[in-house]
Amino acid sequence: MIRPHRSHPLWYAFLLHRVSGLALVLFLPLHFYVLAFALTQPERLDGFLRWTDYTIVKLAEFGLVFLLAIHIFGGLRLLALEFLPWSPRQKTLAASAVAASFLVSGTFFLQAV
Amino acid sequence: MLDLRLYMAQRISALIMIPLTLGHIAMMIYAVQGGLSAGEILARTQGSLAWMLFYGSFVAAVSVHAAIGLRVILFESFKIKETILNALSWTVFLGLLYMGARAVYAVTAL
Amino acid sequence: MSNIRDMPNGQTMEVRVWRSDGEGGRFEGFDVPQRESQTILDVVSWIQQNADSTLSYRFACRVGMCGSCAMMVNGQPRWTCRTHVKKVLKNNRLTVEPLRNLPVIKDLVADMDPFFDKWVKAEGVFHPSKTRADAIEAISSEHPMRVEADRAIECINCAVCYAACDVVEANPDYLGPAALNRAWTLMNDERDAGHDVRLDAVSQKGGCHNCHSQQSCVRFCPNELNPTASIAGLKRETAKSFFRRRD
Repeated sequence: MIRPHRSHPLWYAFLLHRVSGLALVLFLPLHFYVLAFALTQPERLDGFLRWTDYTIVKLAEFGLVFLLAIHIFGGLRLLALEFLPWSPRQKTLAASAVAASFLVSGTFFLQAV
Repeated sequence: MLDLRLYMAQRISALIMIPLTLGHIAMMIYAVQGGLSAGEILARTQGSLAWMLFYGSFVAAVSVHAAIGLRVILFESFKIKETILNALSWTVFLGLLYMGARAVYAVTAL
Repeated sequence: MSNIRDMPNGQTMEVRVWRSDGEGGRFEGFDVPQRESQTILDVVSWIQQNADSTLSYRFACRVGMCGSCAMMVNGQPRWTCRTHVKKVLKNNRLTVEPLRNLPVIKDLVADMDPFFDKWVKAEGVFHPSKTRADAIEAISSEHPMRVEADRAIECINCAVCYAACDVVEANPDYLGPAALNRAWTLMNDERDAGHDVRLDAVSQKGGCHNCHSQQSCVRFCPNELNPTASIAGLKRETAKSFFRRRD
């Protein structure tokens, strides 16, 4: 349960940034591991890539692209917060980051299916 | 658990990755059309110095960024002692750097 | 004195109050009469005066000036003298606890020492640049630095931001929103001679760089200050000094 002092949009934006970052760190070794097959065992790489034809895997990819997109768009908000003059529209910016991430990952999904 | 040096490393690696990540996402959307295959990916990347530099710098930046990010999460979640935290951060950094460099070499070398 | 009259229907509310001798503790329930224009501090005072005189709590001015009476109300940090029961009562229940992230002395009284120690650690103190023999420096109220300082100077040291902050909870060395906000006001004081010392102080392991910009401090500050913006200012200045001072 989200504790009462945390129940506001910018805390949720923090949570999204942390969870997406953690998920991406866990995904990266797998990503690198599979790509490295290109050199040694190209047929295994193709085997992995054939998986991506399944709709369930495409959905998982959509999730991954969303996590990457929200981490970069949310990260852009944080960099702007820290290095540009203060904007009072923090909640709007955080919501825009989520919207932009859905747009990008949705585009990816539509191209994938 | 961040001092100024780690903070700067975290933010500079983030700045470097902004154009790289946007490029990576654009590339994914382009490449996924019609399904993924090893042949298609390798035809684009093998022997390309541009892709090697693109993904090489991406791997270097993400190794720094991920190692520091994970360090903060580990400290804030488990209050790990600093010596152990330093060892873990270096392990994550070097591990990602090695695996990433291997992957970049695999898809861009001739 | 119509504002202290009990509600006509004799309605009461269920108030759970944290009782502790500093180690461990438990909630104790009280039925407290509801009144018009009733603040949380009124509720706590009613319990102390009518139900249990051993209840300890802290307050002074009762009008939102002194910053003494902050407590956790239904899990959120509040200045209790200016928080109306009407605004926070849920299902006719209230939970009152001492401020989060600070040791408890007794019942609702938090030990403020760590909070104020960090003001000093963050160099939240003025470093004079002149002697009494010098003329007083004229500072225009329109000077950009003065305007920046103005945005952050109305802090009443109530520690509501400190209790709201998850980074303080996760990292006991973290200086916290109030101390860093104070440091930022001094970075904008032209008369201050301690800028470099202060930038070093806020760049230590518990310094401004640990802030995750969750902005719970902004959400709960009773004086509507923006510690996150002040901390961002410190991050910017320390980042500049990172390059400047390496030459």
